[in-house]
Amino acid sequence: MTAAPEQIDVLDAAREQVLERGIGLDEQQVLQVLELPDERIPELLALAHEVRERWCGPEVEVEGIVSLKTGGCPEDCHFCSQSGQFPSPVRSAWLDIPGLVRAARQTRDTGATEFCIVAAVRGPDKRLLSQVRDGIKAIREDGNDIQIACSLGMLTQEQVDELVAMGCHRYNHNLETARSHFPNVVTTHSWEERWDTLRMVREAGMEVCCGGIIGMGETLAQRAEFAVQLASLQPDEVPLNFLIPNPGTPYENYPVVEGAEALRTVGAFRLALPRTILRFAGGRELTFGDLGAKQGMLGGINAIIVGNYLTNLGRPAQQDLDMLEELSMPIKALSQTL
Amino acid sequence: MNEFCSYCGKPTAEGDHSACEKRLSFIDPPRYCSSCARRMVVQVTPDGWTARCSRHGEITSAR
Ligand code: SF4
Ligand SMILES: [Zn+2]
Ligand SMILES: [Zn+2]
Repeated sequence: MTAAPEQIDVLDAAREQVLERGIGLDEQQVLQVLELPDERIPELLALAHEVRERWCGPEVEVEGIVSLKTGGCPEDCHFCSQSGQFPSPVRSAWLDIPGLVRAARQTRDTGATEFCIVAAVRGPDKRLLSQVRDGIKAIREDGNDIQIACSLGMLTQEQVDELVAMGCHRYNHNLETARSHFPNVVTTHSWEERWDTLRMVREAGMEVCCGGIIGMGETLAQRAEFAVQLASLQPDEVPLNFLIPNPGTPYENYPVVEGAEALRTVGAFRLALPRTILRFAGGRELTFGDLGAKQGMLGGINAIIVGNYLTNLGRPAQQDLDMLEELSMPIKALSQTL
Repeated sequence: MNEFCSYCGKPTAEGDHSACEKRLSFIDPPRYCSSCARRMVVQVTPDGWTARCSRHGEITSAR
């Protein structure tokens, strides 16, 4: 007779495996974390925070983002208010170069080191790329040395090379959700097509920024699946969004992710991705309110988007900067990123 | 005069817009012109927003 294998508590295992050795949790372990009872959330967040401090350090990376081209996207990502396929109130708009320069300056003035230029497109065309090129040039001529990231959809190899030449140091392209759930969320392109772009970005030497949205009808098992799929990509940054149910989209009546569940997700993602820049992105205001944001910062998050998002509004930047000061968390300086 | 809800575009005198007001108070810029209910062209930037109605012109955040 063999004795039943002793069940090792997942947080004990994580302490040894993730905190001590820097090896992320596997899918089964992430799922166990996502299933922890509410009363163990403080313990989970404390461990996730230790992991973040140990493997990433105390600094918080601050970023601002702006939409260069809004709305009218031909794709059908069901969460997105910028898809032209749904009766969303978001109309198409282009930001001009002076507007882009101003947005970059506003961002730099907050102490942020990252500025991400985003366009609602399947992939960039010539006009968009030349707008980005002119925009980056104008931002530099304004004396602004902030690091510039782009998020312009799926890329060809040629476009990847062009972006590198323009000085784009990081590229954002979200896998959005678990591979097994993706076809329920997007039908106009595949998870694999997104993966291809990410691979080219990495090979060209740009930093890879890839995350997704929690609360799109995925199961906890699919959330765990997503965390380890992201880990296998070894992204430099993972932006974690919580669904904002936007009017006109197929997900407009989806419930907002509840605070405790969101915190468990933050902790679990940190334990799956010990070395990644894990960023609070859209939806945290709706999901957490002010208190939860602080708990997330003490639960594995080490980066935030300050100010507004693309079509939704965030808290005023100063409120987040005050929060970081209160938490005695230093903002990553530009000199540390070069 | 706010004849129309700038979140949902429906007349403010009809129905309950408290959920709309809540969204407008912290997470959404106006999307519909409050005078004529046209969808506005809205640009969100890191520290504010502008919203333009083709008939009633542009409004901006106070921020
Ligand atoms: S590709 Fe991007 S902008 Fe277009 S619908 Fe999908 S998420 Fe929205
Ligand atoms: Zn309304
Ligand atoms: Zn009007």
